[in-house]
Amino acid sequence: MYSEKVMDHFNNPRNVGTIENASGVGTVGNAKCGDIMRIYLDIGDDGVIQEAKFKTFGCGAAVATSSMATELVKGKTVQQALEVTNKAVMEALDGLPPVKVHCSLLAEEAIHAALWDYAQKNNLTIEGLKKPVDDIEEKVKEE
Amino acid sequence: MIYLDNAATTKMSEEVFDAMKPYFCEQYANPSAIYSFAGSAAKAVDEARKKTAALIGARSEEIYFTAGGSESDNWAVRAAAAFGKAKGKHIITSTIEHHAVLHTCQYLEKQGYEVTYVNVDAHGKIKLDALEAAIRPDTILITVMAANNEIGTIQPLKEIGAIAKKNHILFHTDAVQAYGHIPLNVDEMGIDLLSASGHKFNGPKGTGFLYIRRGVRIGALIHGGAQERSRRAGTLNTPNIVGMGVAAELAARSLDERMKKEAALRDYLIDRILKEVPYSRLNGHLTDRLPNNANFCFEFIEGESLLILLDQQGICASSGSACTSGSLDPSHVLLAIGLPHEIAHGSLRLTLSGETTKEEIDFTVEAIKQIVERLRAMSPLYEDSIKRGDINVQ
Repeated sequence: MYSEKVMDHFNNPRNVGTIENASGVGTVGNAKCGDIMRIYLDIGDDGVIQEAKFKTFGCGAAVATSSMATELVKGKTVQQALEVTNKAVMEALDGLPPVKVHCSLLAEEAIHAALWDYAQKNNLTIEGLKKPVDDIEEKVKEE
Repeated sequence: MIYLDNAATTKMSEEVFDAMKPYFCEQYANPSAIYSFAGSAAKAVDEARKKTAALIGARSEEIYFTAGGSESDNWAVRAAAAFGKAKGKHIITSTIEHHAVLHTCQYLEKQGYEVTYVNVDAHGKIKLDALEAAIRPDTILITVMAANNEIGTIQPLKEIGAIAKKNHILFHTDAVQAYGHIPLNVDEMGIDLLSASGHKFNGPKGTGFLYIRRGVRIGALIHGGAQERSRRAGTLNTPNIVGMGVAAELAARSLDERMKKEAALRDYLIDRILKEVPYSRLNGHLTDRLPNNANFCFEFIEGESLLILLDQQGICASSGSACTSGSLDPSHVLLAIGLPHEIAHGSLRLTLSGETTKEEIDFTVEAIKQIVERLRAMSPLYEDSIKRGDINVQ
């Protein structure tokens, strides 16, 4: 049911781990629905994402989207990272089964949550960044 | 490949296949026909009916062949509801039934019936006092499964049957997981209606039966010809019925020995997992459980990930996680025994067969240990628990 890319990112997830004193950390999802993603970002003074790490509790798609999302934002500026949407994550993984689309939304949301944390810590306003929603299921329903 | 999903389906035995073969291209006559060419098919169907009945202490004429367990469950519950509606429209069932029963009950609720879903205890056993307390003057049916498909807990059928009889209420049991796996007797257990499915005990898929006690006058499922005493019309599926009959005969013959062998291996599996995988738990009853069923929860990890990684090592298993149920909620059975959502998501069901070996179990345990460790290493829940000091990591 999963593409080869999804299976590759599930079997060999990139960027698993944590970052000590990360510039921003975002945790989204809840254990009730079975997916929790936490993304750590290390952002340089120039606003470029030096490193991205993740920890995820969830299904194969949740792990693969976390892995791909961290890959996509590495080396990007904060503004560029905001443009890494769930659709970009899905396309990079050659698609997801319909019931797993919410995993890609979770990945996008986790990146945004980490960026929000970074902005809060540094008193920055990032254009186009909204406060992350707590409950990803609400967002799924709106889509 | 190591196949540990025998609750989902079983391998059809070669003997069953051999017995079925003549009824496709050679003895293809409609068993209901009058000419002598149909005699062999008719006789084979009769034989199958006898063998199927014998395993539960029933009479042949009380066996009604269907196309499987879900059909039998639907028929039993809907027909019993229709039959009883002059007396009342109240049905009692449990919270851990298979969806074939649960969704039928929900359908009946929309038709104006009332259903009481009796709770189970932490081991998945129905609360008998609550069951008895739920009985009302308008209660027409008690439907409680013989053994649970996920956690393997065996229900106290004899006690439930006695309660039903005392209160003059029909008693149906979904015995899809139990038939051919544990001893069942419709008279001793006071069962009026019993559903079973052929492919769960090494028979062919697409075949099952409903036992209807003589004198229980529930209506027909399919109207048409006079097959199955005019209660389930349609040309009999001779090869499948013959196959299920042979499977029942083989199951009866091997029952005692197989139960002992499976239970010993199951207990070995349970012991090893609970001892060697930290933060694991067994779901279901320790002793009153199907001999071939083991169901675990591994904290901090999610079931689908576990299944994919087991599959990569050639191990077939199943889980009650939301991702495998196609909804956002984990299994209703695991929630009913009181597990929190995040733990229920990390469940694993391993169901053995009479052919499962100790070597296969050892290989599987090693695989589980390694996979659980790997998934925990990437789990934020595990990380948080370590930080909070809830768990100790050596």
